[in-house]
Amino acid sequence: MRPTDLCNYPSSWFSGGSNAVSDIVISSRIRLARNVAGYEFLPCLSTERQQQLHDRLKEALLSIDLGEKVWCVDIDHASDVERNLLTERHLISRRHAKGKGPRSVVLAGDESFTAMINEEDHLRMQVYAAGLDLDTCWKRLGRIDDLVEEKIDYAFDRRLGYLTACPTNLGTGLRVSVMLHLPALKMTGQIEKFITAAHDCDMAVRGLFGEGTDAVGDFFQLSNQITLGLSEQQIIETFSAVIVPKIIAYETESRKALLGKKPRALDDKIQRALGVLRSAHLISSQEALFLLSNVRLGVNLGRVKDINIATVNELFLLTQPAHLQLRAGKILDADQRDTLRAEIIRTRLSSN
Amino acid sequence: MLCQVCKERSATIHLTEIDNGQRSETHLCQQCARQQGLSIKSQIPLDELMNTLLSSQQEKTAQQGKPLSTDVSDHACPNCGMTLGRFAKSPLLGCTHDYTEFQAELLPLIEQSHNGKSHHCGKVPTRICEHDRNEIQRNKFRQQLDKAVKNEDYEAAAKLRDQIQALT
Repeated sequence: MRPTDLCNYPSSWFSGGSNAVSDIVISSRIRLARNVAGYEFLPCLSTERQQQLHDRLKEALLSIDLGEKVWCVDIDHASDVERNLLTERHLISRRHAKGKGPRSVVLAGDESFTAMINEEDHLRMQVYAAGLDLDTCWKRLGRIDDLVEEKIDYAFDRRLGYLTACPTNLGTGLRVSVMLHLPALKMTGQIEKFITAAHDCDMAVRGLFGEGTDAVGDFFQLSNQITLGLSEQQIIETFSAVIVPKIIAYETESRKALLGKKPRALDDKIQRALGVLRSAHLISSQEALFLLSNVRLGVNLGRVKDINIATVNELFLLTQPAHLQLRAGKILDADQRDTLRAEIIRTRLSSN
Repeated sequence: MLCQVCKERSATIHLTEIDNGQRSETHLCQQCARQQGLSIKSQIPLDELMNTLLSSQQEKTAQQGKPLSTDVSDHACPNCGMTLGRFAKSPLLGCTHDYTEFQAELLPLIEQSHNGKSHHCGKVPTRICEHDRNEIQRNKFRQQLDKAVKNEDYEAAAKLRDQIQALT
């Protein structure tokens, strides 16, 4: 399988079905940062040793049972467009795409498992699930971690736990993140409250594409900041039992309030978004994200009946720059991308 | 903007207080805010924290009249060559030995970025010896004990205390 084969399909975890929770929590992800004992961290690792480490980790990962459809992409030798495609699908990080030297990603099971070799740490493994399902993520990732550990000696310290290149990941090396769609909190001007509350619980709020990105189209990533001094279960429970249910309740309440108090203003916003998406001939990815976000809210609230949620979710992904270029089979400039994006959206939203 | 108290470091904490309808603003640096007893749950990037830490240590060294050759930021790890000066520019370490080599400088930073915590309480690799494994388990129990006492659940607290003793 080649990365390019992915560009026509939605991500399994990104386009899950529709229910009260997955309307708001798009996906759950758990990531583990691990390093191999006896090797320097990436900033001080020679290319030769980086290659050696890369081969060891790749061999270890490919020798264990990772589930179905296991494949590996050599990021060092991949094209720019392939790297961007993997980034757009959240399969590798921007850092990994832009990194140097021997590095790869091992993927399995409809993209729900990925392991980045030689990213910021020697090994970063993550499991995704659609909707809110952190327990399943952790069960699977914890088991894979045990299997890798049978083959590889992880760098570990009895006081600081799993040792990582950056001290902010020490201890469990565990980062939980949930991707949230919070259009009603945004419309009712309560998003600042959500961000402050998140910071009070030592959580970070980021945009759709992680670190250093803005929240576009009302999508937010919420993740834990603290990895040391808490057990994996404690970190996960804070999300699934404490914070996320609260956010779901706030967003649901705001949606109800909007429907009750300002149904016309809400319908206006949704229908205008749909109008533009169905008729535009040039559309930037920013504008598309923003408008699709409003349409997604409309579908979730039953105000738009002739479009299903899977179509909207798919469009978020398929209209990203690298996806468009791979579909077109050539490098496109910004104008060409905006044209193709508008064309895909028009076709998908009218034929529904 | 400079800190209003020390007038040296740049202010990273901006307080707006409204008292009897009177609005006042205070601009402080990390250290002066801490001295004033302000606990701020900030999400300051690690490199900034490290720079603050390094500059405060350089001041200390300068005050003690030590020559510049003992500059902490230039000291290199014998294993990988990493220095704290380099770490302050881009907060990634060079090897696992750095955690021992720069322990004095890194520990406050680690505690600050993990809300005061500095002992692992999670998963342990199977190859880890029983002694270390027990220590981590004790950390876990101690934390649960603190929580139980806080919640006035003395029954659970007594049980946890016994479990900690059994491991010692």
